[in-house]
Amino acid sequence: MSSGPWLEMQKEESKRMKQFISFIRKEFYHIFRDKRTMMILLAMPIILIILFGYAITTEIKRAPIAILDQSRDEVTQKMIDHLSASEYFELYTMVNSEAEGQALFRQGKVRLLIIFPAQYASSPDASVQLLADATDPNEATQLAAYATAILSQVKVETINSPLSTATAITPVVSLLYNPLMKGAYNFVPGVMGLILILICAMMTSVGIVKEKEIGTMEVLLVSPMKPVYIILAKATPYLLLSLVNIATILSLSYFLLGVPIAGSLTLLVSVSILYALVSLCLGLLISTVADTQQAAMLVSAVVLMLPVMLLSGMMFPIENMPKILQVLSNIVPARWYISAVKDIMIKGLGARAILPEISILAGMAVFLVALSVKRFKIRL
Amino acid sequence: MLKYLLEKEFKQIKRDSFLPRIIFLLPILQLVILPFAANFEMRNINLSIVDNDHSVLSQQLREKVLSSGYFNLVDVSAKYDEALTSIESNKADIILEIPFRFEERLGREGGAEVLIAANSVNGTKGGMGSSYLSSILMDFNQEKGLSPAAGQMGGIRVTNLFNPHLNYKIYMVPGIMAFLLTIIGGFLSALNIVSEKEKGTIEQINVTPVPKALFLLSKLIPFWVIGLFLLTIGALVAWLVYGLIPVGHLGIIYLFAAVYLMAFTGFGLAISSISSSQQQAMFTAFFFFIIFLLLSGLFTPISSMPEWAQALTRFNPVRYLVEVMRMVYLKGSSLADMSGHFAIICLFAVFFNVLAVLSYRKNS
Amino acid sequence: MNVIETEQLTKRFGTFTAVDHISFSVGEGEIFGFLGANGAGKTTAMRMLCGLSTPTSGSGKVAGFDIYKETELIKRHIGYMSQKFSLYGDLKVWENIRLYGGIYGLPEKRLKEKTDELLRVLDLEHERNTLVDALPLGWKQKLSFSVAVIHEPRIVFLDEPTGGVDPVTRRQFWELIYQAAQRGITVFVTTHYMDEAEYCNRVSIMVDGKIEALDSPAALKKTFKADNMNDVFRALARNAKRGE
Repeated sequence: MSSGPWLEMQKEESKRMKQFISFIRKEFYHIFRDKRTMMILLAMPIILIILFGYAITTEIKRAPIAILDQSRDEVTQKMIDHLSASEYFELYTMVNSEAEGQALFRQGKVRLLIIFPAQYASSPDASVQLLADATDPNEATQLAAYATAILSQVKVETINSPLSTATAITPVVSLLYNPLMKGAYNFVPGVMGLILILICAMMTSVGIVKEKEIGTMEVLLVSPMKPVYIILAKATPYLLLSLVNIATILSLSYFLLGVPIAGSLTLLVSVSILYALVSLCLGLLISTVADTQQAAMLVSAVVLMLPVMLLSGMMFPIENMPKILQVLSNIVPARWYISAVKDIMIKGLGARAILPEISILAGMAVFLVALSVKRFKIRL
Repeated sequence: MLKYLLEKEFKQIKRDSFLPRIIFLLPILQLVILPFAANFEMRNINLSIVDNDHSVLSQQLREKVLSSGYFNLVDVSAKYDEALTSIESNKADIILEIPFRFEERLGREGGAEVLIAANSVNGTKGGMGSSYLSSILMDFNQEKGLSPAAGQMGGIRVTNLFNPHLNYKIYMVPGIMAFLLTIIGGFLSALNIVSEKEKGTIEQINVTPVPKALFLLSKLIPFWVIGLFLLTIGALVAWLVYGLIPVGHLGIIYLFAAVYLMAFTGFGLAISSISSSQQQAMFTAFFFFIIFLLLSGLFTPISSMPEWAQALTRFNPVRYLVEVMRMVYLKGSSLADMSGHFAIICLFAVFFNVLAVLSYRKNS
Repeated sequence: MNVIETEQLTKRFGTFTAVDHISFSVGEGEIFGFLGANGAGKTTAMRMLCGLSTPTSGSGKVAGFDIYKETELIKRHIGYMSQKFSLYGDLKVWENIRLYGGIYGLPEKRLKEKTDELLRVLDLEHERNTLVDALPLGWKQKLSFSVAVIHEPRIVFLDEPTGGVDPVTRRQFWELIYQAAQRGITVFVTTHYMDEAEYCNRVSIMVDGKIEALDSPAALKKTFKADNMNDVFRALARNAKRGE
């Protein structure tokens, strides 16, 4: 009977499969039993999207200002009214001397001090002084610009000079892809990159190192299961968890923030899985290097989290960085992932346009798998 | 009793293969890399120019734009569509299109339009880029005598106080020092007690008559010392790399840091006490830290936040220290100027440590 | 005089009753064996007596102090050695001794003498500066025990102190126990080695959270008509529902 050994093999195979599935079940059980960590992992993307979407903005709104009015005439009064009515400023207080204003600066109460000279309305040469708290240079620059615009406008209106209609070049500005300039277009891909690293790399590495610390890893490794399957079983729950989070992030950004998904959803999910795979490998690699959970965590934080936040272009434009950091950002997987996600989601580009990103991520995955499998055999 | 417990903690930290290195490396890494990375100064915006006119004037305009220092010319395209391809492939951020018969039209019709198209996927960049370009055009208009000078609109003099060169790094460095203290004080302590739980060593301590508060104190003091040591390294790096020395009194910084570290170590110890595994402690701490960090005003101004978020920042200890560091370092604020901040940080210190003592249980 | 007294002591975790209304007492200077299969509730009962766990109901006194309200007072008069090795592995042998001696308030001079004395008794003088993690299990156990009695407590609680060590080391370990008992320290010890039960003055046998028998080994053997403690235990544990 030639089918005998074949049947045997089939049986063996299905036995393996059962083992594997029961193993995955055990991993799920481990992760889901820790209710608080689960809650945090599920809530984290929601909170990040809300904070980035609504709270984190550099737009100037109602900056507190102080005014020293030494003139007290109609023009300055009108200027003060206009300033307070503007959405950019909020009149914190009127002051009686410059020293008083300086004290407010030192207490961090106001951002801008506007000084009107005496007899301002009657002396056309007198100039208004704007003292800006330039500790935050961007804010100071913008505040000064807004205040200048408001003051100039009032002055033109009151002096009632006919507006000059000389010939001029006028710019017509159009913003591509994102007419409302919502930051969402920029941070949603970033949040996805961050969350995937957090779950796939950080949790995996800490999870495996914990088993190493307690000594249960040795028990697993002497079991008939191949190490590859052990690792696969450990990775599966994290992979599923991160897919749930990707779904949360995408639906929040679509329904809450109104970010369209211009390109193909399938492509988006495939790229995310590829990136998750790279993250898992990174986590695995860290677990072969670190001996304690604290070490695994600190290495993940320093080597993975910080670069994702800093060098991926999520919060800070890469172009502003010195060359060396720009070069360094090339080895951060998140950078390529985020760039691919932006292209798919916002620009609606297809697979061909993001071919470089895909091949770089795939290359990283292959390299990391090879490296960690090699290290895994030696170290564990 | 405290003496013996402290001896133990310090020996353990010293023997840890990892901790001392991290303690030394972290401030240097963060203070050297972060300010360069977290730089909102807008430079090197990649520009693609479409010049359909090829006149003397359009050539002058191009030179004017490039000499501003904000832009980086990536390509000069023949057609708008080509420039758009550069944007799609992320080579260019912004397009300046000069129309056909630009110079001629300007002379004859008394006005001409140029097109600015910005990739605003990165909102700040698109916005800043197009406003830089617009203001360069205004300057260009004035130079060429095409419109009245802004100076005639009424004199307005702007003075930038405290950071006259508008250096963004100088703004970031003191804030990052505050963040550093937060990480060390909070994160390491959050993992400490729970790691004793996992190892089982806490059992042996719990069965001794050591009072809870004393045991926690023996955990708090080492992190407190490490934190102040880190602050010193941080201040040295700030001085050596950025030439930054506080305008105000260095003593004030240490005073605030001392109380603040107590607060955050207490916070970390409380998390550690209520956690059953290091993984759990880590994610709990991480959860709070990311909220604290984003709502601290370190990266974006608090006054720009919506009402509800501003209200939340009042309960965020990180916010107060970031403000204090910037105020002392750049403005030279005195203790009296910041008495409110001091009172609040003290309150946090008391609150978190009481929380830690209450949440640490010697029995179950 | 009794140093441990319990009355209907119970501990539940949810619907699971780990310790089910146990009442017993231990006299001063006794070596009291607390026997039972794995999962019978020995460790839980011991943790309640040490003030590590609050009982669900029932009452108890250890060294004259209430196990609900005066746990911190109890802790001054007891020593404890947990099942899982719980000294600091990243501290040296002498540093562990110093730490616990210091915690129990031994003065600096006495601490030095005590450290030397302990190392001599344990024959660990040459390992003084070894990190505890690097010691073999048997030595770790002996060190744990010595640390647990460093302050000459009235009672010492030992949870499976000889688990996993070789017969020779077990023998030496019991010698340490006897020496402690001679100094007047009451020994409360859990074990599942039935031959060790023979060394005790009295033993209790726990099955499924309840104490099923309590007497001297000789009396128990007589009651159950058995040759050794192992058979006594088998007779009692036959009906156990819990187990490994």
